[in-house]
Amino acid sequence: MTDDDRVFKALSDPTRRFLLDRLFERDGRTLTELESELEMTRFGVMKHLRVLEDAGLVVTRRSGREKLHFLNPVPIRLIHDRWIDKYRERQVSALAELKHELEGEEAG
Amino acid sequence: MTTMTEQSTQVYSIFIRATPEQVWEGITKPEFTTRYFFGSVIDSTFQPGSPYIGWSSDRSQQFVDGEVLESDPPRRLRHTWRALYDEDMANEAPSHVTWEIEPQDGGYTKLTVVHDRLEASPKTAVSVAGGWMYVLSGLKSLLETAKPLEG
Repeated sequence: MTDDDRVFKALSDPTRRFLLDRLFERDGRTLTELESELEMTRFGVMKHLRVLEDAGLVVTRRSGREKLHFLNPVPIRLIHDRWIDKYRERQVSALAELKHELEGEEAG
Repeated sequence: MTTMTEQSTQVYSIFIRATPEQVWEGITKPEFTTRYFFGSVIDSTFQPGSPYIGWSSDRSQQFVDGEVLESDPPRRLRHTWRALYDEDMANEAPSHVTWEIEPQDGGYTKLTVVHDRLEASPKTAVSVAGGWMYVLSGLKSLLETAKPLEG
């Protein structure tokens, strides 16, 4: 699986998107805190966090005895660069071409 | 339970197809930083106690003021951070930025940026939250293709 595959797979699940949104609201949460917002077993939440971590969307850091989960938006930025900017660029250049053509006709 | 400490830390990480030495150069050499760090010239000797200064690309304006706290090339760099590009942020307390560089399998290096001690600097915290994403994706792009994306 490529890095992109892992990110798309991680984002394809509503529970995992919910977890990312919770971390977006407030970063650096423990498993216990995240678990308290979901109707799911601790094991289930751990599994989802693991998928997010494998995709690089969540990074964990130790703080004393606690393991804190942080949202890492960088992979989403890379997807944006790869998939959104690329197509937007084509759109913009198509518009520029159209403008050039129309203005060219006007001039001629 | 949430404490202020948790809220005041931001963590960003990225895998870059480059050696730790190349990543270190990307972070510390101004000819690289101008190409992905919002055009900033990063100016420092990277010795503990020395200043860490970010200038605008023509060096007419100082964007960032800091001091190097730890330097272990090509593994770890820690410095303070005070943003001068906004008056409110300039008046906030300095925060800390740590760059952690770890070699990975397959010619990759993992770069993690931890921006912490932001509890007394809420405006800076909001400002850098979007910024680090651009900086890291730009650095990756620069090191992997030698052609950074325009921010």
